[in-house]
Amino acid sequence: MMETLIAFVTALVILAGAGFALVAAIGLNRLPDVYTRMHAASKAGTVGSGLLLLAVGLHAGDLPTFARALAGFFFFVLTAPVSAHLLAMAAHKVGYPLSTQSVRDEMKGRE
Amino acid sequence: MTTFLLSLVFAFVWVAITGSATLHNLIFGFALSTLSLWIVRGEVGTRGYWRRLGRILSLLALFLKELALSAWKVAVLVMRPRMDLKPGIFAFPLTVDRDFEITLLANLITLTPGTLSVDVSEDRKTLFVHAIDCSDIEATKRDIANGFERKIMEAFR
Repeated sequence: MMETLIAFVTALVILAGAGFALVAAIGLNRLPDVYTRMHAASKAGTVGSGLLLLAVGLHAGDLPTFARALAGFFFFVLTAPVSAHLLAMAAHKVGYPLSTQSVRDEMKGRE
Repeated sequence: MTTFLLSLVFAFVWVAITGSATLHNLIFGFALSTLSLWIVRGEVGTRGYWRRLGRILSLLALFLKELALSAWKVAVLVMRPRMDLKPGIFAFPLTVDRDFEITLLANLITLTPGTLSVDVSEDRKTLFVHAIDCSDIEATKRDIANGFERKIMEAFR
């Protein structure tokens, strides 16, 4: 009974994680410029891979693996925003334009 | 005393992560965490540790909630057939002034709904934030200032 329940939860978490990863990929394709794309990559991507790692930990069913999966998620959360931030900053520095839908740019000329 | 307890906690984390629950490994983990804590002894104020721990945990809970919400919002936005965006970069005046607080705030902002930190001004008084929906900047600024920024101040001052 317990094993079935864990298997069921694991399957659900894997599906959710894969779903978020897919959404991140679709977002990268559909959003108009590099800045908005970073939103999709950093958020949906982090949550997607985090859920997949969590599923690995749950499936293994022992504490060391679970702790390592959690540590992996933790490092993802630490590093994903830094890379998104660096990419966005570099893009702005070399003058990559915001999409034409953009309504404001208060950073212009203030770096 | 607090340092000793912290070392012990870290030692158990070490045992859990390395995955071998032997006495040798526990002692090794303890030595390692004592050494690491000694290296950062100047940065970690040990006074008021437990009260602070509660606030850090509350910050963590808020963050996990916002992260889930933000991934969901991006998902909904991306799957909508007509994407109605009003993206833009706005300047957020910083109240926190220490480097690691700014870093933490920038990271938290990046992982929360609709906002992405782009750069910090030279004088460290302004954070430039890219928002996917710039229709109500003042509300976004208020949310950040009353949410994460206040919690960071409570946890680390």
